[in-house]
Amino acid sequence: MSGTNVTPTLVDGMAMRTAAPVARRLRGLSDRSIAWLFILPTMLLLLAINIFPLIWAIRLSFTGFMANLPAPAAFIGIDNYVDILTDEDLWANFQITAHFVFWTIALQVLIGLGLALLINQKFRGHSFWTTVILLPMMLSPAVVGNFWTLLFQPQIGPFNYLIGFFTGIAPSSFTMIGSVALAPWTVVLVNTWMWTPYVMLICLAGLRSIPDYIYEAAEVDRASPLRQFWSITLPMVLPFLMLAVLFQAIQSFVMFDMVNLLTSGGPGSTTELVSITLKRAAFEKWETGYASALAVILFVTIFGAANVYVRALNWVKQQ
Amino acid sequence: MSVVPSPRPFSESSPLTRRIAAVVVVFYAVFTILPLAWIGATAFKSQADAIAYPPKVFFTPTLEGFVDLFTVQTHQSRDFIAKLPPPQTWYEKIARDRDMVIAGPSRVVERFLNSLIIGFGSTILATFLGTLAAYGFSRFRVPLADDLLFFILSTRMMPPIAVAVPIYMMYRWLGLYDTRIGMILLYTAVNVSLAVWLLKGFIDEIPREYEEAALVDGYTRLQAFRKVVLPQAVTGIAATAIFCLIFSWNEYAFNLLLTSSDAQTMPPFIPFIIGEGGQNWPAVAAATTLFLLPIVIFTIALRKHLLRGITFGAVRK
Repeated sequence: MSGTNVTPTLVDGMAMRTAAPVARRLRGLSDRSIAWLFILPTMLLLLAINIFPLIWAIRLSFTGFMANLPAPAAFIGIDNYVDILTDEDLWANFQITAHFVFWTIALQVLIGLGLALLINQKFRGHSFWTTVILLPMMLSPAVVGNFWTLLFQPQIGPFNYLIGFFTGIAPSSFTMIGSVALAPWTVVLVNTWMWTPYVMLICLAGLRSIPDYIYEAAEVDRASPLRQFWSITLPMVLPFLMLAVLFQAIQSFVMFDMVNLLTSGGPGSTTELVSITLKRAAFEKWETGYASALAVILFVTIFGAANVYVRALNWVKQQ
Repeated sequence: MSVVPSPRPFSESSPLTRRIAAVVVVFYAVFTILPLAWIGATAFKSQADAIAYPPKVFFTPTLEGFVDLFTVQTHQSRDFIAKLPPPQTWYEKIARDRDMVIAGPSRVVERFLNSLIIGFGSTILATFLGTLAAYGFSRFRVPLADDLLFFILSTRMMPPIAVAVPIYMMYRWLGLYDTRIGMILLYTAVNVSLAVWLLKGFIDEIPREYEEAALVDGYTRLQAFRKVVLPQAVTGIAATAIFCLIFSWNEYAFNLLLTSSDAQTMPPFIPFIIGEGGQNWPAVAAATTLFLLPIVIFTIALRKHLLRGITFGAVRK
């Protein structure tokens, strides 16, 4: 029993004895060493948990490794890449993803910009309603996606009932999740619901950055409101809008959580986005090498496209 | 048709335009909030009401969903229940009324605790590391600073599923698979890039003169950082922390793939709340409500600070 009482004082004593020199040494630290001391931990963490896995993935992508088998990784060259780039099913998944990304972005930009323009009219209570509108994007996509499966149930779900109420279509005559024709639109719908607030907020920030005197000058010149919109508002908001589109495009391109719980790729593979294919290859078929190659291809695509896009964005900013 | 210039300020539009704008925005807001309202309502429905046709808007509220969520129950015959001593608690009574006997607590509390520990643990760590790194980048001439900052940002572009495979293998090898510390480290790594960028923006705005004055007064660099910069950056640090917390709280993919039970958080757990014959929707809704409510409150309370994090420092004044 006495041992447990002694230990803390011993440790304290040691801490005090070491603390003093350390403190003295820290006091004498040059700015340069402080800079490194402050930055290094972050860098090391990112290297260990982001960069090292990425390099490992690149290495694995040239092997036929399967993580559930004890066999060591056998080098098979670029076979995985050849498989992926010639696989027609996978090409279909990329097309499904493209459909998803395109329509999500189109709807988000349209609705998000529209809402931002309306909210910018600064009617009474606009701040409160803005907060209400942005709620969906703060919530867990997985948890919300899971719940949408109830909302979309034919008959018992309120969604079909609401559509039926407004259009007269029988609520049980269509299924948003189970139908091959509707499911790809269902995931677009939920993603749009979730992330339109993001586009709206960034557009709003863009609108608020436009100085009043520009409109004053336009009004002196008797420019019509429509003309003001086309030649002042839109060009000034465009860089912001493009930034929102970049972030949302990346996010939709790698979307996994919401779709996995809403449709889990089905029916058939009509909503199987590439990230779901990747998850299946890696954690259900355990084709680690193949999955790593697919991951590398995804990463290179995103990185390349984002780079080109940022260049376009900078060009727009300069105009 | 008068050409008299309008007396209103240029930035404001006519009352009619404003009224139309208000109507459209409120209309959208109401529709966007409906699914969330439905979740909240379903949490207080009985199982029969939750899957009624047509969907029920008005119903008698009950706590069945919450009782189902927090307990494990077994179905028993009426005779068996009649022989039992009378229910001691209100929740036991709710279960008994449906011919169920409570066998013990469910695992939801552990999952919720995991969400809290992993969420707050990674938030504290990411904010701490992020503050240090942001100060380093903001105040010192770091070689290749722009490249390092871009590198930090670029780690955010990685699709989680893409790095999940090697992280899974690495975690298996290091014994970090299905551990809270493993999840905390992972979420910290994801969050720290956002934290550095946001905090650098905040610290850049604190005038250097304050520190320089402190240094002249005999403070060391570290003292000046602690006693001058940190108090000034507190709002920024808090806003960043909220953002990190929301990410960790909501994250699903990594937790699904890198845990199996001990370190599982709520998002992968909630879809697996099942009752007899399919999903127990009131229990799922109860879990969802409890899980989403803190974020809803945070969002409403801190909306002004959140905006900066959402726009990701892209929007500087």
